[in-house]
Amino acid sequence: METLRFIGDNASLILYLTVQHISIVGVAVGLAILTGVPIGIAITQNRRVADAVLYVAAIIMTIPSVALFGILMPVLSLTGHGIGYLPAVIAVLLYSQLPIIRNTYTAITNVDPALREAARGMGMRPWQRLWRVEIPLAVPVIMAGVRVAVVINIGITAIAAYIGAGGLGTLISRGISQTDQRQLVAGALAVSLLAIVADYALLWTQRRLTPAGVRA
Amino acid sequence: MITLDNLTKIFNTSMGPVTAADRVCMEVAEGEVCVLLGPSGCGKTTTLKMVNRLIEKTSGKILVGGRDTDTIDAVELRRTMGYVIQQIGLFPNMTVEENIGVVPRMLGWDSQRIRKRAVELLEMMALSPAVFLRRYPRELSGGQQQRVGVARALAADPPVLIMDEPFGAIDPINREVIQDEFLKMQQTLRKTILFVSHDIDEAVKMADKIAIFRGGKLEQFDSPDNVLAHPANSFIADFVGGDRTLKRLRLLKVRDVLNADSPSVRADESLDIAVRRMHEHDQGHIVVTDQDGRPTGCVLLADAVGRHGAAGDHARALPSPVRLDADLRGAVSSMFTHDAEWLPCVDEAGIFRGQITQRGITHRLGDTYRAAAHAAAVPADDGRPVAPQHFRGAAE
Repeated sequence: METLRFIGDNASLILYLTVQHISIVGVAVGLAILTGVPIGIAITQNRRVADAVLYVAAIIMTIPSVALFGILMPVLSLTGHGIGYLPAVIAVLLYSQLPIIRNTYTAITNVDPALREAARGMGMRPWQRLWRVEIPLAVPVIMAGVRVAVVINIGITAIAAYIGAGGLGTLISRGISQTDQRQLVAGALAVSLLAIVADYALLWTQRRLTPAGVRA
Repeated sequence: MITLDNLTKIFNTSMGPVTAADRVCMEVAEGEVCVLLGPSGCGKTTTLKMVNRLIEKTSGKILVGGRDTDTIDAVELRRTMGYVIQQIGLFPNMTVEENIGVVPRMLGWDSQRIRKRAVELLEMMALSPAVFLRRYPRELSGGQQQRVGVARALAADPPVLIMDEPFGAIDPINREVIQDEFLKMQQTLRKTILFVSHDIDEAVKMADKIAIFRGGKLEQFDSPDNVLAHPANSFIADFVGGDRTLKRLRLLKVRDVLNADSPSVRADESLDIAVRRMHEHDQGHIVVTDQDGRPTGCVLLADAVGRHGAAGDHARALPSPVRLDADLRGAVSSMFTHDAEWLPCVDEAGIFRGQITQRGITHRLGDTYRAAAHAAAVPADDGRPVAPQHFRGAAE
């Protein structure tokens, strides 16, 4: 009850923090798509490179977020952005690579070889094959990777509050340090809700982007 | 139209070099269907894919329409050749119309022209454009997909078609239907077609020329009838099968063995006339026809002798008539089914045109063997071996 009252009294603050949270995840995952999808496509050309890239991305994924912030801080301090928005975005960008690169790579390599053969035999150039056949067919799986990246990183961004990046984690960290259950619960609820809403919104986008001929 | 000159492909594998095509030479004339045939791993598919440069050759030359394919950009070359594969490979993200339009679009056709062409091709494939243009491949049956696959290959009206076991994944009943449709289409389109198959029956049915491969070598390149009648070696004889002479039946039409000089009698003519005609032709039966010349029954000499009246009154049931343009395999099957030594033949209008007999058919099939035996016997003058006595006997 008290929590609800707190939420009602602080609606504008919660909204502000939510927007901040979305901005970190949105910008970082957006950049991750711009880098991860081309990398995922590029590594389909060479099995050994693909294995190496996926291995590195998997290792990044295993670094605890607090440790990653710790690593980024001294490096970024050289540019004067050791704490705050920038390290948060970079961390989320790095964590997003694995699901996006891996799903892109899997989706492209799983395109039926007969389609590739038909495309080649009909005289499509490699770019035409990619744009007109392989990418359209890979979209659902790539989007599934983006969804995973977004949901994971909405959670990770909550921790970025500790390096002053703002976002809904601010409520949680304050709740802990001030032993204020209301803030803690409100922050946790907001993060969970945001993850669920974002996942559904992306699922809808995924369906819209999937070519009609392959929609389930 | 397509010339392969000492075409060779050597694959470098982890187990050393493997020769997939070994100095293959052949020539396919414009408008001909050439079937590349052989067991798996014989080099037929490799040879096929070297023609549209999906596989680059190691050495030798390929001329298409007189032009060396090395002088043409591989991608441009492929756009001038229709390509059909066993797995069909329709793009699932595109509608039937978009699939057919792939090559025309790359060639810069406008969408109006592509639509018109797609409609034309679907009609040719007996698929209603109103229903199928907007469909996606997954909404089509296997047979419909393969028809669209062929339509897609024909879209830009290429002079050459490259087909890699195109009907291999279709069930046997539909396969026969699609093969027949395809042959009918080919009669008007006259494309030059290279066609890979591992099925001798399909090859005999589709081919003007058959090229049989083994271990990368072209073992025999000849007409289907010659491959069946005169296999170049024991491998080919085994491959085409012990029943190869029966397979030749499919290559012949009823009209090829027709005896047009067969007597008939109208039902209202007298039995005496019937008997006289049977004697004139030295045969024990005569076909009875109606006023228009359609066969209705037959009279046997044994039944007619010593009797009188109209021929029609003494007629027995007739073995089922066969059409002149039917293939001989069906006709012979019908003979065996009805235990008949002869069958009456009719034209499209159902008018009696003559008969075929078991003797006539075996004689016709034997022609080519007698000719070969004769040819083998002739050089006896140069001191080479004389053909066995029974062959010469058969030639006389």
